[in-house]
Amino acid sequence: MSNGLRSLTVDFAWRLVLPVILIVSWYVVTEINPLFHPVILPSPLAVLRMFGKLVASGELWSHIVASLERILYANLAALAFGVPLGLAMGLYRPFERMFDGLIGLFRPIPPLAWVPLSILWLGIGTLSVVFITFLAAFFAVLINTIAGARAVDHLHVRAALSLGAGRRRMMTHVVMPSVAPYIFTAFRIALGVSWMSIVAAELVAASSGLGYMIMYYREVLRTDAIIVGMLTIGVIGLLMDLATRRLELRLMPWRRGFSLA
Amino acid sequence: MTAPPKIAIASVSKRFDSARGESVTALDQVDLAIAAGEFVAIVGPSGCGKSTLLNIIAGFETASSGQVTLDGRPIAGPGPERGVVFQEYALFPWLTVAGNIAFGPASCRTTPAEVDRRVRECVALVKLDGFDDKYPHELSGGMRQRCALARCIANDPEVMLMDEPLAAIDALTRLDLQDELLRIWSEASRTRTRTVLYITHAIDEAIYLSDRVVVMSHRPGRIRREIRVPFSRPRDPEVRTHEAFHRLSDEIWQLLRRDP
Repeated sequence: MSNGLRSLTVDFAWRLVLPVILIVSWYVVTEINPLFHPVILPSPLAVLRMFGKLVASGELWSHIVASLERILYANLAALAFGVPLGLAMGLYRPFERMFDGLIGLFRPIPPLAWVPLSILWLGIGTLSVVFITFLAAFFAVLINTIAGARAVDHLHVRAALSLGAGRRRMMTHVVMPSVAPYIFTAFRIALGVSWMSIVAAELVAASSGLGYMIMYYREVLRTDAIIVGMLTIGVIGLLMDLATRRLELRLMPWRRGFSLA
Repeated sequence: MTAPPKIAIASVSKRFDSARGESVTALDQVDLAIAAGEFVAIVGPSGCGKSTLLNIIAGFETASSGQVTLDGRPIAGPGPERGVVFQEYALFPWLTVAGNIAFGPASCRTTPAEVDRRVRECVALVKLDGFDDKYPHELSGGMRQRCALARCIANDPEVMLMDEPLAAIDALTRLDLQDELLRIWSEASRTRTRTVLYITHAIDEAIYLSDRVVVMSHRPGRIRREIRVPFSRPRDPEVRTHEAFHRLSDEIWQLLRRDP
């Protein structure tokens, strides 16, 4: 037990090495021996002070909420459309043939290329950002769900058939649990890619959100606030990833055996 | 032998068409009758179509020609009266031991209380008490196959189709499980006659377990000979060392070896 605790501590120490080196060198080249103009690279202390100010005024929080809200809508929509379509395409050949070409054509178009159209169609604001991030999340969900539906083990299907399972029970008790881990992976990836694209979308198509905040402070040359925005995006992305991994193990305990392998 | 057979296989052939347009004959004019309550083992080299035959009886595949009947009725697809035990266990990894065993009864409109009772019964039958809440990945190979057996029996099948169930188990555990399999079969046979078709490539296993060994030849799969096993039941593990056991094993070995 104490051995496990010690190895955990050691593990944690290793993880801290690089961030500490990075912050110390950043501090050295900005505070102790300033090499850059603060507009090019402000000191970590300045960033920290700006962070405090943005938190105190509630500005940072309102941008975070705006961005998270859009991500939530986009991912719920991506799941709502991507999962059924992915299942249909993975399980039924005609569906695959029908949609394959169209999806192959649209998938390589980066979500950002949709910005001009979406501004024309939906205007500047939440709707546009949700639409753009939805596209990013949708393809991630779709591709993973198709892969999951195809990976349903034919032996499981045979076992269920010979145990007397009908069509409906096959769907709910064999196909869905088989695909569930893939859908979850899909969700995790979708959350990640849509979070990355939300900033880009908000840079041009919104007047709130973390992306907008970064863009705004670039115009007024407040680099410290830009860095606060960037780090906030990174931390939230990291937390979302950790949370979804945790949730996966909690919802699908049988996956624990696989993560060890 | 005037009673009608439980399973009747009448001139069954199976051809597979490969992607290049060639046709491979897996089974060629196979005839076999299995009586109710009989334990029949099929041995043959790999690729002799023995698993194909089992899959046709299970209803997973259809014969290219000929007919398989169960109690005189042609087989149309899989059904709960024919339980299947797979070499790869095919347990549902998202269900616990109890969940896996409950799958069959719950699929067949059994009341929850009855499902519970059957699960408890079958867990005890295969001696997995205390492992009800474990997931398959937490079990050893031998325990997984016990669970798969329990899952099959929980559905109260008349026929049990076993496709090399012990092939993936290590040698020592395998001997143990052969005895367990016989014990489980005979205990389960108290409430209902259970006909077993057992596929294996292990000659000793076929002799030790079965009433009759069917020897199949390689491509195209044909029945080469049917050999009645003369040993009484319950089988004594000692029988494996008997002179007669070795002679029988040798006879089958010669049959398989002469196979071109």
